[in-house]
Amino acid sequence: MSDTLIEVSNLKKYYTSSKGLFKKLSDPVKAVDGVSFTIKKGEVFGLVGESGSGKSTIGKTILRIQDKTGGEVKYKGQDIFNLSKKELRHLRVQTQLVFQDPFSSLNPRIRVGDAIGEAVVEHGIVSKQEVRAHVLEVMEKCGLSPFHIDRYPHEFSGGQRQRIVIARAMALNPEFIVMDEPVASLDVSIQAQIINLFSDLQRENGLSYLFISHDISVVEHLCTKIAIMYLGNIVELASKEDLFNQPLHPYTKALLSAVPIPDPTAKRERILLKGDIPSPINPPSGCKFRSRCPSATNLCSEKIPEYREVNKDHFVACHYV
Amino acid sequence: METQSLLVKQQNSKTIVKSPSLWKQTYLRLKKNKMAMVSLFFLMFMFLLSFIGPYFSPYILDRTDVANMNQPPSASHWLGTDNYGRDILTRLMMAGQISLTIGIAAMFLSILIGSLLGAISGFYRGIVDLVIMRLADILMSIPGLPLLLMMGAILSEWKVPAEYRLYLIMIMLSFVGWPGLARLVRGQILSLKEQPFMQATEVLGLSDRRKIFHHLIPNTVPILLVVATLNVAGSILSESALSYLGLGVVPPTPSWGNMMDAANNFMDFRKRPWLWIPPGTAIFLTVVSINLLGDGLRDALDPKLRR
Repeated sequence: MSDTLIEVSNLKKYYTSSKGLFKKLSDPVKAVDGVSFTIKKGEVFGLVGESGSGKSTIGKTILRIQDKTGGEVKYKGQDIFNLSKKELRHLRVQTQLVFQDPFSSLNPRIRVGDAIGEAVVEHGIVSKQEVRAHVLEVMEKCGLSPFHIDRYPHEFSGGQRQRIVIARAMALNPEFIVMDEPVASLDVSIQAQIINLFSDLQRENGLSYLFISHDISVVEHLCTKIAIMYLGNIVELASKEDLFNQPLHPYTKALLSAVPIPDPTAKRERILLKGDIPSPINPPSGCKFRSRCPSATNLCSEKIPEYREVNKDHFVACHYV
Repeated sequence: METQSLLVKQQNSKTIVKSPSLWKQTYLRLKKNKMAMVSLFFLMFMFLLSFIGPYFSPYILDRTDVANMNQPPSASHWLGTDNYGRDILTRLMMAGQISLTIGIAAMFLSILIGSLLGAISGFYRGIVDLVIMRLADILMSIPGLPLLLMMGAILSEWKVPAEYRLYLIMIMLSFVGWPGLARLVRGQILSLKEQPFMQATEVLGLSDRRKIFHHLIPNTVPILLVVATLNVAGSILSESALSYLGLGVVPPTPSWGNMMDAANNFMDFRKRPWLWIPPGTAIFLTVVSINLLGDGLRDALDPKLRR
């Protein structure tokens, strides 16, 4: 198991908010409710789900930007929530995050070159004299021009800003990057450029990604392994081929049937889900998906389906698979 | 990727446009505001007058001249003389030095204390925040002027020499001024801290010091600058009020406030307007200019108002 990079077991993250004068705790929002998966070295792991299914929460919790409520996250066998301050700083170099919104994730008062270079200097990877050369090198890799180095973020377009954010993450030579919907706020042609940049960088540097997205076609293009999330749980986890060729969970089937096919004459069965995603404060009993599942029975409302390995490396949480 | 590198090459061949720094951009916007620019030039004039003017004066400060007491403005004494025969213009310029210095020094001190405490309190939260903010609340719940009067009276009681009083007044004014600034900075930092770019600094593993001084405080500078400008006006007014009441800068050290205090009787007020009109006008115009400049700065710095 030496090639395992990240091991998440039974991770839980609840948000509570105090309400009223007497600081009574409200019911927790179960953003992530017992999630387990592993990411191997060099793997691109896709995490797909609707808004509010807890994807971003997982991304932020496994980098320890937020505290967990329960469970364990291990990076190279080390529990990241047990690290000392010094060890945590060391972890910060190896793991990075690319944010969803390239507009708010860059400090408006810091020049692009400084934004990319400051952490590199701070961690002592490159000396102060050499940092400019290093920054220029990384910028070129990410498709930015050298004259961009002294500009401010507001002088760039969304796609360029996302490149800056990627360059900032890449400058530290990380091994693992969490991509938190990195292309969601970009238009389709820029999306393609950025995604190609991701795969180029991944191939050249042997990186591992956790790629969070709500766009299953983007994930299909990039990822080797895909997990489908619904309301704080992973409902299905499989390799890309298995997931697309034989989806097992009814939610996955519905998601895949909704992906547009660029052929107007192609006919296919469209599974429509009724209603919205239920509130994570008060999820349905038993299987959380039962309220929208086309094949739900009484059993689903009584018993929580076990998350189990159906085929090799193909995990599903459903009673009827 | 290939088309892209071609694009990059094309852009490289063009002349490199270095974008002006944020401060320069702000100045360019400020330049369009006529009122602010007039104020800025008036303030510069005031500074030159106060700090360089006395060197060109033929009169020595504090030199009494019994032969020329209470003279109206004339060719030799442009603004007349006071009841000791001292030249009003020379005193006005020296008083300007004192009043402007006090205003600016008090501002710097309160900005220093206020932004540091505010930043610490907003960044670390918890017990530190609680202590600092309650302290600020207590100071803010006491009206400023009575507090200053009290402290001024204590200084008088202790018979602090006039030349030290100057510095103590700066400290007093900043003591009253910091809580508002601390709150402002804290509020700013609380909202900035939730911005994704601050989460990014966490992911990048930057130290707390770097986060506070390179990422948070620079983002509060635009607002701080405006408040600081207005704060100078407030400090000059408070100092004048205190000196007028005899609790601030005390004679013989001149200040605009205590120069007006010298005309604090019916005879002088009615018959010798040259005693109080020049310092009064100086205070009025300086404070108005500072306020107009502050407004102009706010407009120039606020991206939402950009035209």
